[in-house]
Amino acid sequence: MIARRTLGGRRECAFGPTCVAWGPGAAIGRRRAITSQLISANHDGQGASGEASRRPLLDVEGLAVEFTTGAGRLRAVDGLSISVAPGETLAIVGESGSGKSVSALSIMRLLPGRIARVVSGSIQFDGRDLRSMSDAEIRKVRGSQISMIFQEPMSSLNPILTIGYQITEPLRIHTGVSKEKARERAVELMRMVGIPDAERRLDQYPHQFSGGMRQRVMIAIGLACNPRMIIADEPTTALDVTIQAQILELLKNLSRDLGIALIVITHNLGVVARYADRVAVMYAARLVEEGAAEEIFARPRHPYTMGLLRSVPRLDRPRTGRLQTIDGLPPNLAKAPEGCRFAPRCPFRIDMCSKVPPLEPTDTGARSACFRWQEIADGAIRWEGEPDGGKVALERGKPLLSVKNLRKHFPVSGGMFGKPGVVKAVEDVSFDIARGETLGLVGESGCGKTTVGRLLLGLEDPSAGEISFAGTDLLAAGGDARKDLRRKIQVIFQDPYSSLNPRMTIGQIIGEPLRVYKLAKGPDGERNRVLELLGQVGLRPEMIDRYPHQLSGGQRQRVGIARALAIEPDFIVCDEAVSALDVSIQGQIINLLEDLQRRLGLTFLFIAHDLAVVRHISNRVAVMYLGRIMELADRDELYSNPLHPYTKLLLDAAPVPDPVVEKQRAARLIKGDLPSPVNPPKGCVFHTRCPMAVKECGEVIPQLEAKKDGHFAACIRV
Amino acid sequence: MLSYVVRRILMMIPTLLGVAIITFFILRVVPGDIVEVKMRGDGAIVSVEAIEAERKRLGLDQPLGTQFVNWMTGLVTFDFGNSMWTGRPVIQEIAGRFALTFQTAILATLFAVLVAVPLGTVSALWRGSWIDYTMRLVTMGGLALPTFWVGLLLLMGLLWAFNWLPPLTFTPFFSDPMKNLSQLIWPAMVVGYRFASVLARLIRSSLLEILGEDFIRTARAKGASERRVIGLHALSNALLPAITVVGLEFAFLIGGLVVTEQVFNLNGLGKLFIQAIKNNDYTMIQGMVMMFAAIYVVANLVVDLLYAAIDPRVRYR
Repeated sequence: MIARRTLGGRRECAFGPTCVAWGPGAAIGRRRAITSQLISANHDGQGASGEASRRPLLDVEGLAVEFTTGAGRLRAVDGLSISVAPGETLAIVGESGSGKSVSALSIMRLLPGRIARVVSGSIQFDGRDLRSMSDAEIRKVRGSQISMIFQEPMSSLNPILTIGYQITEPLRIHTGVSKEKARERAVELMRMVGIPDAERRLDQYPHQFSGGMRQRVMIAIGLACNPRMIIADEPTTALDVTIQAQILELLKNLSRDLGIALIVITHNLGVVARYADRVAVMYAARLVEEGAAEEIFARPRHPYTMGLLRSVPRLDRPRTGRLQTIDGLPPNLAKAPEGCRFAPRCPFRIDMCSKVPPLEPTDTGARSACFRWQEIADGAIRWEGEPDGGKVALERGKPLLSVKNLRKHFPVSGGMFGKPGVVKAVEDVSFDIARGETLGLVGESGCGKTTVGRLLLGLEDPSAGEISFAGTDLLAAGGDARKDLRRKIQVIFQDPYSSLNPRMTIGQIIGEPLRVYKLAKGPDGERNRVLELLGQVGLRPEMIDRYPHQLSGGQRQRVGIARALAIEPDFIVCDEAVSALDVSIQGQIINLLEDLQRRLGLTFLFIAHDLAVVRHISNRVAVMYLGRIMELADRDELYSNPLHPYTKLLLDAAPVPDPVVEKQRAARLIKGDLPSPVNPPKGCVFHTRCPMAVKECGEVIPQLEAKKDGHFAACIRV
Repeated sequence: MLSYVVRRILMMIPTLLGVAIITFFILRVVPGDIVEVKMRGDGAIVSVEAIEAERKRLGLDQPLGTQFVNWMTGLVTFDFGNSMWTGRPVIQEIAGRFALTFQTAILATLFAVLVAVPLGTVSALWRGSWIDYTMRLVTMGGLALPTFWVGLLLLMGLLWAFNWLPPLTFTPFFSDPMKNLSQLIWPAMVVGYRFASVLARLIRSSLLEILGEDFIRTARAKGASERRVIGLHALSNALLPAITVVGLEFAFLIGGLVVTEQVFNLNGLGKLFIQAIKNNDYTMIQGMVMMFAAIYVVANLVVDLLYAAIDPRVRYR
């Protein structure tokens, strides 16, 4: 795919020289002069930019992009119009496949050439048409005037070139700087983006940097030539909450201080609320609403925006019963509905919605592509909330599952001759879960939360400790008793794409545990049970003969849930079960899990990194850091009155989808990266990043103890 | 780095020891020893006493263990013993033919690399074009056609077109380069054809994979020219797996030119090896196997060191 692009690029190159050769030489000279003026103006324009800043730097009108696929042509972007002024931050929000990344790539002209092309629209950058530029001209814009930061910091850097070289590469390409000057600039840039020890780290390679540090390197690359605009495509999606906050804060400050126009593409509404001045909401390749962030969040004028805001669990509001979600799935772009694309999922649809709604200015100063925005503004139509199903009363006292002093150490080999070490993935973890309860387990990546789940499932054997389930010691039980107990504990995995065998039908996947445990009477009995399970998880019966690739992410996750339910478990480990799903689908799955819990009396261990989701679904919450539980309390107590400094910082770092709240509070950032679990800090594992740490914290390992009734924390300072 | 190399060299010892044990004992298990072949080979009737005397002279009457220990003590001092057939030292026999085979292997490798790198690159960049299809067809030929047949074809072609055949006697490169090359360039090309086919296909697929990587997109987003993107960012990564293949293939060629040497009538190591096997010349076979094994192991080490020098993710440990 990329190779084809290359071919396309080469061909244009081949024609390029001819154009230049035949074109009037004066025009080329003029263009060069303008370019150099622009580069020099990159910075000093700032003071005098009062006039200029109101004029948009980037102006996209009616952009449409077509992809040629095996199934024919489809429009990945259809009529997008956006603009950004210097120093302004525009967020493009949408679910996967809504066309937000494709839009960004088309601005940079980085679309894979042969399969995708811009079919109409204009892209004006500072008065110049990016679409009609030659390949050589657009290359002069890329990296020097417009930079792009990508989602995957792990794979976006060349593994065999030094960080210093990669940071200064745009300078080498666009200006003729000397090696020494480039090095100086690299150090300056690394300091600017907060990479400590810049001189030494300059000569290191990407694999020696953590994910957050690599994303800083990407930003430094983007800043190298003092660009006038940065496009950041999901810049923090692959990062932990605390690192996400650091990176976004950095981008925002740089944009403000240097007057850079910033386009952030994201699906995280909290991020949008915190950092965006303007928001563009995309749905199924089209722009549905666009306007000032405050207005979009407070007074949405498009049903999709309304639905999106209702679907996210909120940290800043009292927890309501069920999440209010949007029904259905986003359309397949190859056969998108006529007229308004949101109509099939919209509760307010009327006959008129079979026509394409125009993007009209609304009372809030925003633009909305809904025929009924006036009625929404008047409050004539409202999106009614769903009734709360209520929670089941918990039987306290006798826990269903009880974990005591659980430890899991993984040996790490140091190569054939290296020194072997030990990763203490889980260290001294104890908790109880009552029948019908949901215990949320939160923490950053590498904190050991997934290992705890695997230990409960028997996928790993603990190094020490006890696990008892329904009064029986799970580790001591042998043979059939063990198999019986294991059956009662099931799992739902994070990745709905790789956890289903692509060669089995949905019916076979769900039926497999029934066959293994001989729970169904004959093929008919199995089929009936599978149909019943499909009904329980909200899938249509005809899905039974489909294959996983024919299903959407949300539907696959439902299949995963049905498979876990097949053998009537009591206890389900949900390992990041909704993390990979889009916002509107995530809400549906959370509701499904809660409904099932009520109906079937299930008990959940809900492992996740999203604090808001955990708050929504859990009765009690445990916070883990580097293999240890830092705090454990009832949900409301933990979120309203956190004791441990780590929990406090974690909650502070997570942005909530409300611009008014977000823009008022100052960011309290956790400094530094997660320490390596091979060599964790002595004493309290958090003391290296803790704002409250005293000398003693580096000496004593704090025990998890009750600071209040039912509120446990492992900190000597509270 | 240095300690890594030393450790790697020390690690060769068990590998080579294993090869020595296996070769030595397998040769002894095969029925019919060298004396039988030598004296009764043409159906001549020789007295049992004469055979025993010859065995005694070659030391074959001693227990296997003693023979093995003797051979091993020799090996440690780089004494490979004398050929049981000609009576001349094994080292001398090998040395006489080494230059030819070594040079052919080098020429073949050079040919393969010079052809395969541009071919694989062009093929990947213009994927699906006529260039790509032609390259895939030609390299498929290189994999499918037997080397000896391609060699015969080449010789017939030379005869038909120029009424000329390459010289039969080996001239060292430094005494007369032209004459030397006029003999060795042909077998090198024939072997190199297959070698280049393997390599070009590998480079094509690995470059295609690298071109799909995120960091290539990053390079383009920096405004890098296609030349820079491909030359600096893509090829350097894509050629890493090719290094392994080149190193091992080169080592293979030292011992694996047997058939080609027959076709071109070259008096190289392959021919010597075949002779030794035909004659059941124990010391000769053992010596040559040990040498091939050593070359393999060294080539492997060189590949690993090169790899580590280029790819910073590979650590010396």
